[in-house]
Amino acid sequence: MTRLAHGGLIDRGRTLSFAFDGKTFKGHPGDTLASALLANGVRLVGRSFKYHRPRGVVTAGSEEPNALVELRTGARREPNTRATTVELYDGLEAASQNRWPSLEFDALSVNRLVSPFLGAGFYYKTFMWPAAFWEKVYEPVIRRAAGLGRAADTPDPDHYEKATAFCDVLVIGSGAAGLAAALAAARSGARVILADEDFRLGGRLLSERTVINGGSALDFVASAQAELSSLPNVRLMPRTTVFGAYDGSEYGAVERVSDHLPAPLPFQVRQRLWRIVAKRCVLAAGAFDRPIVFPGNDRPGVMSALALATYATRYGAGAGANAAVFSTNDHAVAAALDAAEAGLKLDAVIDVRPALPDALAARAKALGVRLITEGEVVATSGKCLTSITVRTPRGSETLAVEALGVSGGATPNLNLTCHLGGKPVWREDIAAFVPGAVPPGMAVAGAVAGTFGLADILAEGTRLGAAAASDTGFAAAPAPAPQAESTPTGFKAFFHVKGQGTKGGPAFVDQQNDVTAKDVALAHREGFRAVELLKRYTTLGMATDQGKTSNMAGLAVMAELTGKGIPAIGTTVFRPPYTPVALGVLAGHHRGVDFKPARPTPTHAWAQAQGAVFVETGLWMRAAYFPKADEKDWLDSVNREVKATRESVGVIDVSTFGKIDLQGPDVGVLLDRVYINMFSTLAVGKARYGVMLREDGLVMDDGTTARLADDHYVMTTTTANAAKVYQHLEFCLQVLWPELDVCLASVSEQWAQIAVSGPRSREVLAKIVDGIDVSNAGLPFMGVAQGSVMGGVQARIFRLSFSGELGYEIAVPARHGAALMQALMAAGAPFGITPYGVEALGVLRIEKGHVSGNELTGQTCARDLGLGKMASTKKDYIGRVMAGRPAFTDPDRPSFVGFKPVDRSARLRAGAHFLKVGAAATTQNDEGYMTSTAFSPTLGHYIGLGLLKRGPERMGEKVRAYDPVRGGDIEVEVCSPAFIDPQGEKQRV
Amino acid sequence: MRITCPYCGARSSHEFAYLGDAAPTRPDPSAPDAAEAFHAYVYERDNPAGPMDELWYHSAGCRRWLKVTRDTRTHAITAVAFAGTGEAAR
Ligand SMILES: [Zn+2]
Repeated sequence: MTRLAHGGLIDRGRTLSFAFDGKTFKGHPGDTLASALLANGVRLVGRSFKYHRPRGVVTAGSEEPNALVELRTGARREPNTRATTVELYDGLEAASQNRWPSLEFDALSVNRLVSPFLGAGFYYKTFMWPAAFWEKVYEPVIRRAAGLGRAADTPDPDHYEKATAFCDVLVIGSGAAGLAAALAAARSGARVILADEDFRLGGRLLSERTVINGGSALDFVASAQAELSSLPNVRLMPRTTVFGAYDGSEYGAVERVSDHLPAPLPFQVRQRLWRIVAKRCVLAAGAFDRPIVFPGNDRPGVMSALALATYATRYGAGAGANAAVFSTNDHAVAAALDAAEAGLKLDAVIDVRPALPDALAARAKALGVRLITEGEVVATSGKCLTSITVRTPRGSETLAVEALGVSGGATPNLNLTCHLGGKPVWREDIAAFVPGAVPPGMAVAGAVAGTFGLADILAEGTRLGAAAASDTGFAAAPAPAPQAESTPTGFKAFFHVKGQGTKGGPAFVDQQNDVTAKDVALAHREGFRAVELLKRYTTLGMATDQGKTSNMAGLAVMAELTGKGIPAIGTTVFRPPYTPVALGVLAGHHRGVDFKPARPTPTHAWAQAQGAVFVETGLWMRAAYFPKADEKDWLDSVNREVKATRESVGVIDVSTFGKIDLQGPDVGVLLDRVYINMFSTLAVGKARYGVMLREDGLVMDDGTTARLADDHYVMTTTTANAAKVYQHLEFCLQVLWPELDVCLASVSEQWAQIAVSGPRSREVLAKIVDGIDVSNAGLPFMGVAQGSVMGGVQARIFRLSFSGELGYEIAVPARHGAALMQALMAAGAPFGITPYGVEALGVLRIEKGHVSGNELTGQTCARDLGLGKMASTKKDYIGRVMAGRPAFTDPDRPSFVGFKPVDRSARLRAGAHFLKVGAAATTQNDEGYMTSTAFSPTLGHYIGLGLLKRGPERMGEKVRAYDPVRGGDIEVEVCSPAFIDPQGEKQRV
Repeated sequence: MRITCPYCGARSSHEFAYLGDAAPTRPDPSAPDAAEAFHAYVYERDNPAGPMDELWYHSAGCRRWLKVTRDTRTHAITAVAFAGTGEAAR
């Protein structure tokens, strides 16, 4: 056990039980999984990605490259979870990754022996040939050998949600700079959000023994938190990671609402995705402790010096029974001495510098910590660390330690400053990249800005917090910054241990992707020297940690090799997300049936009661067909529905058509300009079929528009294009012709519309109207009547036919739609009225030869569809000029015709391409394709519609319908698309 | 990204539909060079690096077509007005 005797921000009065790889351990509230494992002496926590090397905890934060575990079990199993950010809860279960059969004995660790083959660029070199081997051999083998954790294989049982927050000042990070900024901004009255990924506010202040405002750092954190909590204009968001900065001062964040619990509480979400709209932002994200590249630096027990200190001071956990620290800077030495004061047995501090500041040296001496100056660690040994070899100009020696804290200085955590394209800039005086151009409205404070002394950090946070508030209109009363002693910030730029005694094993640069200093050297030798090439060739920085701790080491090694210096190598660009974001929280509630909204028709419940099978058309749920018990498949049902409609009467809900109400003196002018045919001349009480083009001359949509009064029309659009056509009309009115006096309203949702079709439809309709004359004379074909039905329900009756039969569409306010359907069913019962779905609707329209979505593809012009003759020559309209292009009037263009199989028993397939009989199946010989097919119960065989080169001139000709994808290759006969009633007599009776 | 609609105020860009360059105007269809002019109107677009007037439609809001001046390099929006009339915020 390496739980220290006392101290730490853990509740030692309560004990939590947890399991790692099936073994049970104990921890305390306030622990992370990583601190609890260390406190239990568990140092080996995983195997590495490529070489399956034993690995341990390296950091105490979200930058962790190594300690990735599978958290929880079953449907809640989460792979690649950083043990350093997992809050311990009672009953937590975690498992190590990348080991087989066990963590202690990993058969695949032989990968280490063959590591020359898995070095930089191995994907590109080793497995180039033959290409067919990729899928079958190389990938499965590599995936088994090199990989991360396993995702859950059952649906996530938890809920996620999205929310938006608005504030004047967003402060990211709650360390010294963030708290100072939040206090300054909040005191001015500005709306402040303070977000921190940790479950506890305070950042590094939780781990350090410094004096602020005369008290301890922890006292300062507590009083700042108390003050901020008391202010109504402040929202504190712990457990919230701001993962991205976006255009327009928007920030993406994930709040881990329930991740610290075994399962979310009832009615609570697991995580919440926040869109934070902030007028100003103060980024106080701190800095990462920079690793040093030396042989054996990946051995479990070797970790960041600041992490080693944090585990001791904040968590009361010793990373080993005894420890040493290998450092280049005062901050790490001070932190190590804090850890020693907290009870960690710190044997030695090895610093690369010739001397340390007197105060630190004296403190070390007082604590009995040996100081080894001009020292470098050149080797380590043990499966988990047992000893280190230290080289000094005075000779070398071996120290027996279980933990080694390493610090190569501070790497500002500037990830978010790059998200809008900002490039970091090198500061030689601190040997670090700091933010260059930052996103508009963002300021950087504290270590992220390269400001390291505590007094300076507090002053900068205060100043920038007040400035941010003032920018948003809150004049901050000048408040003094919290006062602190000036902490030492001396350092030496040092990245890589080389020379004598360093042959003792690989020196890792990127532990998560198993990239070594040798790999960087190989990339250099082979010419992949530019930073973006280095990254892709070696995979350096491309793991889930995005190289937060490793990028600097890689750049430093490459800079040595090129002799050019780090700024010449440059730095890669960080992109969102800052840390991995689960897809579940990005989806929020939008999954399963809630993936998108569903639009039921007014008769949905009625259709359900009839046993309808539904189909999604866009967002709409429409009845596809209404099966009966004795029908063996859907085709039986569809054939019955079609026959009933042709022979007697059928009924279908067509409410899904787009409906647009147009009013004003200029509606006729507008319609003349958007349709190819005339509408200003349409008589009141009449409807007309219209075709509208896009400005490029291709067909946009079709539908029927009726004139209800001189200045009042109602347009129908196809179901699919309702929103598009509405937007187009608004464009015409607002942008093209703002002088036209027309008002538009979408009324698709307001009107239910039901089509009654078939020879008996008039008799059915007559029974439900309130005295409307529905005779052929009173309501002729394409006529429109307004009045009421069912004893007082407002109605519009359009005599239209999509099926080719005598037919009507009856529109009533949507709330009466279901009642209208029931009334029609009752009135039609004596005639065997039959509800039909969109499948039968499709058959009816193909039999009649009407174009539909399959033909309105955005690649067809009116002439292609046989609608060219509708175009008026007396006016201009959208698309007219471009429709006149030579290519669109080429007689060779595939044009709309019908098709019958020569062998009447053959099946037709939409998508089959047409070839001359005997012609080879080549693209050059292609003459068009089949757009729609159906089995016609009326004719007793398959029929098709399609686009055939010079089609209308080729009636009776036989062509080949070639469908290699589904093995179809049959002869078809070209015919008129109107398979039934080509003269259109039935609809006019 | 956020767009300040002159009618609705600052709203998320998710509420808007994008059309494109606001500069081209519909040519005179009766002009002798109408075919060439329409070709340019339909297909030819500049692709400036810098401020550009664009048409956006507030589809999930007031349904007004807007002319939005956006810097294509930074996405910074410097002006928004009603398209067609050019009327800015009241
Ligand atoms: Zn608006």
